[in-house]
Order: sequence, then C-alpha cells, then structure tokens
Amino acid sequence: MAQTFQEISPADFFYRNREIVGFTNPTRAIFSAIRELVENSLDAAEAIQVPPDIYIRLSQDEESKGSRTYTLRVEDNGSGIPSQQVPLSFGQFLVSSKYKLKQARGTFGLGGTMAILYGQITTNKPVCITSSTGGSRIFKYVLMIDIEKNRPVILDRKVLKNRWKWHGTIVEFHLEGDYSKAMPRILDYLKLTAIVNPYADITFVDPKGRLYRFERKSEEVPPPPVETLPHPHGVDVETLQRIIRSTECTNMLSFMKEHFHRVGEQTARQFLKSAGIDERMNPKSLRPDEIVDLVRAMKNFKDFLPPDASCLSPIGEELMRTGILKELEPRFTAVSQRKPSAYSGHPFIVEVAIAYGGKVPSRNDITLYRFANKIPLMYDESGDVSWKILRSINWRRYGVSPGMPVAVLVHICSTKIPYKTVGKEIIADIPEISREILNGIREVARRLRRYLMRRRHVEQQRRRLSIFSRYLPKIAEFSARLGGLEEMPDINRLYKRQVIFRDYKTGNSYVEGEVFNAEGYKTILVIAKNKHESNSVNLRVLGLTGSRWRVLIPEVTLEAGAEFYEMLTKRARLVKVQVKSAVRNKPGTVNVFIDGLSE
Amino acid sequence: MGRSVKKRRVSRREVVLRRLESLGRRFCKQIEKGVFPWIEMKSRSTDNIFYSPELRQYVLGDRVVRRSSRIVRHLRPFTQMVWTAYFVKELIRQRKTSTLRDVYYSAQAYDIFFKDQVESDNIITDLETVMGFPREDFNVFPEERSAVFGDLTIEYTVPGYEGRRLNLTSHPDGLMIGPALTNSRIIRTGADKVIVIEKGAMFTRFIEERVYEKFNAILIYTAGQAPRSTRYFIRRLNQEVGLPVYIFTDADPWGMHIAMVIISGSANAAHLRDLTTPDAKWAGVWASDINSYKLPSEGLSDIDIKRLHELSRDPRYKGEPWQREIKTFMKIKKKCELEAFSRYGLTHIVDKYLPERLKELET
Repeated sequence: MAQTFQEISPADFFYRNREIVGFTNPTRAIFSAIRELVENSLDAAEAIQVPPDIYIRLSQDEESKGSRTYTLRVEDNGSGIPSQQVPLSFGQFLVSSKYKLKQARGTFGLGGTMAILYGQITTNKPVCITSSTGGSRIFKYVLMIDIEKNRPVILDRKVLKNRWKWHGTIVEFHLEGDYSKAMPRILDYLKLTAIVNPYADITFVDPKGRLYRFERKSEEVPPPPVETLPHPHGVDVETLQRIIRSTECTNMLSFMKEHFHRVGEQTARQFLKSAGIDERMNPKSLRPDEIVDLVRAMKNFKDFLPPDASCLSPIGEELMRTGILKELEPRFTAVSQRKPSAYSGHPFIVEVAIAYGGKVPSRNDITLYRFANKIPLMYDESGDVSWKILRSINWRRYGVSPGMPVAVLVHICSTKIPYKTVGKEIIADIPEISREILNGIREVARRLRRYLMRRRHVEQQRRRLSIFSRYLPKIAEFSARLGGLEEMPDINRLYKRQVIFRDYKTGNSYVEGEVFNAEGYKTILVIAKNKHESNSVNLRVLGLTGSRWRVLIPEVTLEAGAEFYEMLTKRARLVKVQVKSAVRNKPGTVNVFIDGLSE
Repeated sequence: MGRSVKKRRVSRREVVLRRLESLGRRFCKQIEKGVFPWIEMKSRSTDNIFYSPELRQYVLGDRVVRRSSRIVRHLRPFTQMVWTAYFVKELIRQRKTSTLRDVYYSAQAYDIFFKDQVESDNIITDLETVMGFPREDFNVFPEERSAVFGDLTIEYTVPGYEGRRLNLTSHPDGLMIGPALTNSRIIRTGADKVIVIEKGAMFTRFIEERVYEKFNAILIYTAGQAPRSTRYFIRRLNQEVGLPVYIFTDADPWGMHIAMVIISGSANAAHLRDLTTPDAKWAGVWASDINSYKLPSEGLSDIDIKRLHELSRDPRYKGEPWQREIKTFMKIKKKCELEAFSRYGLTHIVDKYLPERLKELET
C-alpha cells in the first residue's frame, strides 16, 4: 500500500505544549498513550480490511524513587509499516499517512509519536518498534527522538525472517504514569471502542495481571473511506492557492471540474457565469484579490451539489447494534443512522443509539457515550453539543425518569469533525450537526418509549394476573362456604393458569408443551423462565386461528436465568409454546406458564 | 310492680343469617356465569352523607359504589369482605361473639391478611353497609367499657346462659354492657327513667347515693363517647320499654356532643338505623348552669371554640336547647366538668341539681 509522507513542523513545539494533545499529567498520559496506539492499530487493520486483533499489555517497571513507570506494549495485525518509513513515522512529528480528505481516526500524525516522546522524556528510554507489511522480513527498530531537530535516532535495527507472513506492528516503550487512577477511564475507553468496533478483538492485560477481553462479534469490517476532493463550500484561500499552484489545468472550466468535489461541466459553467469569471481564463493568472473573491463566490453559490458521503465510513446500524448488545447487554436498544448531510462543505453522518437496562448504569442523568470517527470521546463531556442536546430534551415525554438505566450513544463521522479544541474531546455546536443529533435522539427515544410503554403494560398485566391468582380462589372458597354450598364455583371461567413446561430440559429442535385452550380468555400472558445456570434456550409461541397455526411471538432467546413475559391480545382458539436449546446439545431448563383472563 | 316487656323479635338473627347466605350464593352464581363477582353498596363518602330531619339522624344518599373483583385494586378488599361475611356467619350460627380486634387476628388463620386493624374495621363497616345491619348483629363488638346499673331484669340468650335471669342491681359496680347483655331479652323493670352519665366517678357516686332508688332510674355509664352497643341498649330501653332518657355530660362542646350522638347518631354510622334515641334529652351540665349553680370553671380553649363553631352549623344542633347553650358557651367562654358540683359537697349534685333538673325537664 502506497503511503505518502510529509514533514510539517518540529517536535519541539509539542514537547513544550504536550497538554494540547492530552499528556497533561501521569493519569491522563497513560490513558492517552493507550488510546493513541489503539487507534493507530484500528486504522492500520481497517486499511487492509482485516478484522483488527489488538493486544495491549501494560506492566509496571521496578519502582524507582517514588515515580512509577510502566512498559506499554501494543500489538496489531494491521497493514504494518514499510521498513524505511518506521523511524520517520514514529520518531518525527507531523508525519502522517492521514493528511488526506477522508475520514480517519487521527489526522495530525502526532498522537503515537507524542506517546513515545512522553515516554522518552519521563523515562529516558528508547522505543522498540517491530513491524512487517506481510513480506518476507520483519523489521525491528530501537529508536529515540532528537527533540530539538525533530529527527529519529536509530539505536538498533534488526531484520527477522517472516516465516508466517505476519503483518502488523508492535510498539513497546516505557512511560511514567498512574494506572490506578487511569484505570476506570481506560476500561471505559476500551469498552466504548469495542461498542463501535464490534469487528475488533481487543485484549488488555493490566499491571495487576488482570485480563480484559473484548471479543469480536462480527467479521464484517466496514468498507474503508475513500479519498475525496474538497467541496467548493469548504475551501479557504490557502487551500485554493495550493491547488492553483499544483494544478495542470489551463482554464477555469476544467480547473473547477478537476479539483472540486461534485462539480461537473454544467455546475462549473453556471458557477463561473454567476461569479463573472471567464471559462477560458488560466487559473494561474488569478490575482490574490481575485482568489479571495473566488473563495467568497464559491461559499455563496447555492447550486453546488451537496457533498457526497461516500467518503465517509459510518459504523452502520447493524454493527452498532451488535456492539451495543455485546458490551452493554441491554434489554432494549434502538439505532438510527441519519441521512448524510453537510456543514460548510464537509459531509457528515450522525448515528444515534439508545440502550436500556442490562449493564447500562442507572444514574440520575442519562449516560452519554460520544464518538467521533469511531473514537470514543472521554473527556469534557459537558462542553459537547450532544450533552447540551441531551439536556434540552424533556425525557419524561419518553417515559424516562431519573435513575433509569438509559444510555444514549452519538457517533459523528465526517471528513472534518468540528472539534472545539485541539484536545479533540468536544464537538462544537454546528446547527446542521445538532439538528441531526436532536432528530436522531428523538427518533430512538420514541422507540424506547414504545418499548417502555409496552413493558409497563405487560408488567401491569402480570402483576394483575398474579393478584387474581392469589385472591380469586379465596373469593370462590369463602363465597361457597358463606352460601352454605358444597362445591366451589369454577374460577377457571374467570382466570386460569396452566403449566406448559415444568423444569423441562430442552432439546435440539422445537418441542411444544401442552396446548392452552384460549377460548373465553381475552388476555393471555405467557410467562417463562430459563432456570439453567449457563445455557440459553429459544422460545416461540404459536396460536391457532381458523385452521392455521400462526406465530404469535417469534423466536426469542432466554439467557440463563432470564425471565420472559409477553401478553397476547390477538384472539387465538388454541395457544402453544415451543422451546429448544439455543446451542446444540446445551439444554436449558425452562418453566412456562400461560395465564388467561376472561375479561 | 314493674313493667313487663314483650318478647323481642327473635327473627332478627335469622334474617341476618339468611341475608349473609344469599350473599355467598350470589357470588358463586356470578362466577359460574363467567362474571367477576361484584356488589353494590351505598357510598359512605362525606358528599353522600345527609341529615334527615324526619329520622333525626344522618343517612346515606343515593350514590352507590360498585365493588368488583374484576378491578385489581378492589380484589383484596373484596376477598376480605367475603371472608368477613363468612366469618361472622359462623359466629352467628355458633352463637359466638368476637371483637373487632379479634376479627383482625382471626383472619390470619384463614390466610387472609389485614395490614392493620383499621383495614379490618373498614371491611366490617363495608359489610354493615352492604347488609344494612350493625356489626353487633354480626356478633362483633368493640372492646367494652361502659356499664349499667338499676332495677332491670334481663334473660340471657347466649349459649350456656340461655334462660338465666339477672337483675342489674345485683352487682354494686354495675354490669358491663357486653355482647351477652346486648343480646339478652328484657324481662321487666321497676324503673321509670334512664340516666346516662359520661363519667365513671359520677356513675359510682350515683350508685353510692342510691340515685336508682331515689329517682327510680336505670343508670348507664358511657365512658366518654358511647359505644354503639350502649347506644343500641339505650334505644331499646327507650323504645321497647318506653323509658325516658336523660343524659348528663360535662359542660363543654365535647360533652354536649356525647349526648348528641346518643340522640341523633354520628355521620360514621349514617349507613345504620336503630342506633339513635331521638327522644332522649341532654339534661346537663349546661353552660347556663355554670353561672346559675356557681360552678368552678375553666376558660374555653381555642379548640373548644372552633368545635363550638362547627357544632353551631351542624344540622343536628338546629333546635333547643342546643343553639341556646352554644350561644351561652360563646358568651361566657367557660366550661366545667360534672365533678365540679363536688365543690359544694359530695352529695350536692344528687340532692339539689338532679331533682331540680329532672323536674324542669319532665314538665
């Protein structure tokens, strides 16, 4: 894979201003180091369309004079770095393969290098980088950074045989930090990363030797974003000048068509006409003031086609759902991908999800998880546009009250994320973007409301029926005794509970229990519980209407210990429940009842 | 001498029994028809309680409420009511009695739970409303404190004592008005009036001073607000035997109201009849007596005055001596207790006040 590298500015600047890239203190530094390397690894694997395998190990070095230093090792199975570029890409600032107009996790190429620099200035130890692009050799470099000159210093270089055609990168270096304080943030970060990258397999071994595993739940890697030309609405004077300098076009018509996103012959003609520029004019002959006018005209021209989102790589509703189910195990989740939109010529897509129950924490406020270009944003939440929008919504209208386990996830992907600060933690309040976020949250919130209302209804019915089952027999008994009657009236005419399965061990295919005669009952409640300690079962409910059995409740999976209530109001003459093991030869143990209520 | 009393209607017990049984059969029939059992009863909410000038007591209006076992929040009280009906039916059948507290505990033996006695008391009141009979007819009595003394012969009807007769002068402390006495038949009496006293000390004094002989009276002690069985007993003496009833209480709004409840009943018992004695008279101590008998007194408190204002608007207090006495209380702003007469010696009340007042009221 061909990658172009450019040098932009010295390391010294970042050495002096390391807080702007997240290396303020030992706690934050250790978090940022892991984060930067993990993100590089994810990008490297996605670049070659391989489901990422990332292994992170943080181990504590021997304690020396009270300061704690750690060894951080991050391994991936990504593209790898060509041998001769290794020193530059890790030992020099602002060298990046990402200075392109496409969506990428990082842009400036300093995150990884910053981590290494931070390690060097706190421990004065070199970094060890092992990498291969899958060819016949693996290169192993030991380097340090010459901060003043912004140059890598190679201390050692080894070439190994790549017998297994391994490709990927291993970075190992030392740094000062405070893991015990950074731990919650790191674990949160990895969990959130796992949510938006369910196709990644992430393993983390912490200094105490604890293993955290975020398993891959999908093999599907989303297509990589495509490079794109700048959209005329997003161009500034500097960009335009650079394009003019490098262009080979000799007239304005072809210049517009060649260098700008979604500008065709017709649009170019219309635009040049409205801007009063001759189509045949050589772009190189534009005077500085004419360039400024041209930029203004581009911004004001309304008939450019909106930017195309094909350069974006959203997570996708399916993958996002997979990630949420995997890490949060919610009882309900809804995902909505908004239609692509654009602000100032930058295309963006907003993806919003809501999750309820399971491992979602119950807090006074709704939990917000923010993502930008598949990176979790972990700091300064309250300054973010999503946080503001979340607060502005009247959640009671959606049946959400304080203390309920509700989480909202907002993902924005764009060729240019409008960060408020260089720290890249908070997204600015751009009207186009906040509108999409608001509408997205509303949509998933409406779906949550429907779910909650139905749950509440079913729960009410369940409680109602359990009350009937407690009192009706007594009413019948004492009425009979009060009336001096020998026989108790038959309360099954009002309410009936039938055991369908009791402690039943499920098999590999569907088996149905005793059929429930539903005639005369208006409300039917199916109650099931999987009593098994680890095995899941599948369950479905069929009803006989006319002469056909129809599925009333499609297959649901009951995890170990899970309970299930569902209410049926569709009239069926007979109702039957079928159960089977969710996994072959792993039987669950189920109890199933059906309650019927005549009115 | 003495007056014989005609036999009390024995059928009342039978009527209650039959009504209870038909209630049970009704519920069974409803279930068999696939209908959730339900019952209607008059609403006892305050906006459905009216004063009836003809009956001279509170009555319930026409609004009815429906208790249905189909409604989840009715299920528990409904079940409790069915059980209570069954329980009291057994009490009546076996001629046993019980107290409100006892009912509350007995429920647990049948796996029926009341969260407290207030809940079980309410259910009994529901059953009273449904049936139109007071709980005493279900053989359920409150804890008793009130007593009776005087020349009155009764015949017990309770198991083990059937046919046994007793003259109520036979015990110098008076006889407790309990279930056995309430259910007894009145045989004969030599008295020609009933004197009802709020305070225990005065009741004892009246016995010691032989008021029952001097004034030829049956003495009844209410221990504050008269229990329903006592009110019912007073009514029987008035209606069955034809004795006039005179009530003596403290001279304050609360004492006045004790007399009123005996005469006209309470709003709480608006669903019941036969608990009032409309012809009974409040004989004192009146507000006006405080000055005319120069009784030691205390000032009325704010709560007393507030209560007087309430009573002045109460329809039961429309006539005399009520309005006159309420006005006097407000004017003199004083109150006194029955015991205040002791200032002039222990027998002053019996020797002077009582004869004067009875004479005044009899004419």
